[in-house]
Amino acid sequence: MPFEPKIVGFLCNWCSYTGADLAGVSRIPSAPNVRVVRTMCSGRVDPSFILKAFLLGADGVVVMGCHLGDCHYQEGNYKTIRRIPFLKRLLNGFGIDPRRLRLEWVSASEGDRFAHVVNEFTEEIRALGPLSLPIHREARTHQPEHAHAV
Amino acid sequence: MAKPKLALYWAASCGGCEIAVLDLHEKILDVAGAFDIVFWPVALDFKYDDVRHMEDGSIDLCLFNGALRNSENTEIAHLLRAKSKTLVAFGSCSMEGGIPGLGNLTTTQAILDFVYRGSPSTVTTNGGVFPETHTTMPEGDIEIPQMNGTVKALDQELDVDYYVPGCPPQPNQIWNVIEYILSGKPLPPRGSVLGAGTKTCCDECTRERKEKKLKKFYRPYEIEPKPEECLLDQGILCMGPATRDGCGALCPKANVPCRGCYGPPPNTMDQGAKMVSALSSVIDAQDPEEIERILDQIADPLGTFYRFSLAHSILRRVDIHEKHQD
Repeated sequence: MPFEPKIVGFLCNWCSYTGADLAGVSRIPSAPNVRVVRTMCSGRVDPSFILKAFLLGADGVVVMGCHLGDCHYQEGNYKTIRRIPFLKRLLNGFGIDPRRLRLEWVSASEGDRFAHVVNEFTEEIRALGPLSLPIHREARTHQPEHAHAV
Repeated sequence: MAKPKLALYWAASCGGCEIAVLDLHEKILDVAGAFDIVFWPVALDFKYDDVRHMEDGSIDLCLFNGALRNSENTEIAHLLRAKSKTLVAFGSCSMEGGIPGLGNLTTTQAILDFVYRGSPSTVTTNGGVFPETHTTMPEGDIEIPQMNGTVKALDQELDVDYYVPGCPPQPNQIWNVIEYILSGKPLPPRGSVLGAGTKTCCDECTRERKEKKLKKFYRPYEIEPKPEECLLDQGILCMGPATRDGCGALCPKANVPCRGCYGPPPNTMDQGAKMVSALSSVIDAQDPEEIERILDQIADPLGTFYRFSLAHSILRRVDIHEKHQD
């Protein structure tokens, strides 16, 4: 079976989730690979949510929020703009390609932009291939861990 | 009535947890008086076979320190689990992987290569001499334990009843735990963390905090910290916001940043992720390039944020084979 990327999308309630809704009602075609989680703000997305998404099988994670200056809570997305590059460094350290995590600004009126981001990111993850974490590989082999020892 | 039976064991550990128990000072006599100590390799001459011959569940309390680094650690952990009514992951290594857990930043093979061949102080002949787990001698075959591929905390291998964090757990906290158990009061729910608080290290710290706006991070040797002011306010990476309280903020009291040994606070899945979250809120920059420049000043984020909790973090180990090269 060909690889279909599993992507988790954290969308802020006030802009991006409405933007995704607009893409839907406007019937703009977009890839079905993103599983959307609605959050009140992109600043609500704790880095551990993203790590957990990867642990539970996501090949990519996209966080979408209001454009800078438009945050419903004034500065939530300014926390996100620092958090995501910071977390990318951590992912890189863990051996996960930082391109698997993406931050995008999508306003409530940008249904077309939502579809574009989703399509582009899906193709990028498709090119990167499935994410395989050591913890998943070890679970699959069903061997005691010391069997791998030198 | 027979005294309750107590066992203490060290797996992959430095011995600091054992010293912390001895740091109970004269109260160690109360421990010896109240318990029948049936196994304590660091202090008393018991053999593994003595434990094997005990009945299952015959040890009332086992304080297990150290991570599971090799096959011996794992084997004895299973043995003590079977023999103990109450098994306590005692100290950072046992609870979260601790310093040995940093081995998950690399591979077992790479560690052996460096130690026996690559390190500048190692003189090698014939490509280096490596420890063999199996050796044939005239008297017969001998075995030494194998290193596990991934370092584990105790509860990643088997069921653990309670946790006592700390590197090492503070003696007053150890005493609180022992006193509580001896009091005969009903024990807290299984899986509880004992001998620690439910907030963060910052809640115990007496330094003065202001609104944090960080543009520069310093490594400890680059700056003389002011003794009264919050270390993080001064740009020193202090793990206080992402670390459970219970130690009394010992390190900040000594003008040294918290290193995170008490592990993540309650309801926190991942200490490093929590630190990323905390720092992202106080970095004073909105321009992506400036943010990158500030983040560049943080040397070794993995080793700093997961110094004690890497093996127990969400991702647990670094993926060497797929590591992205940039």
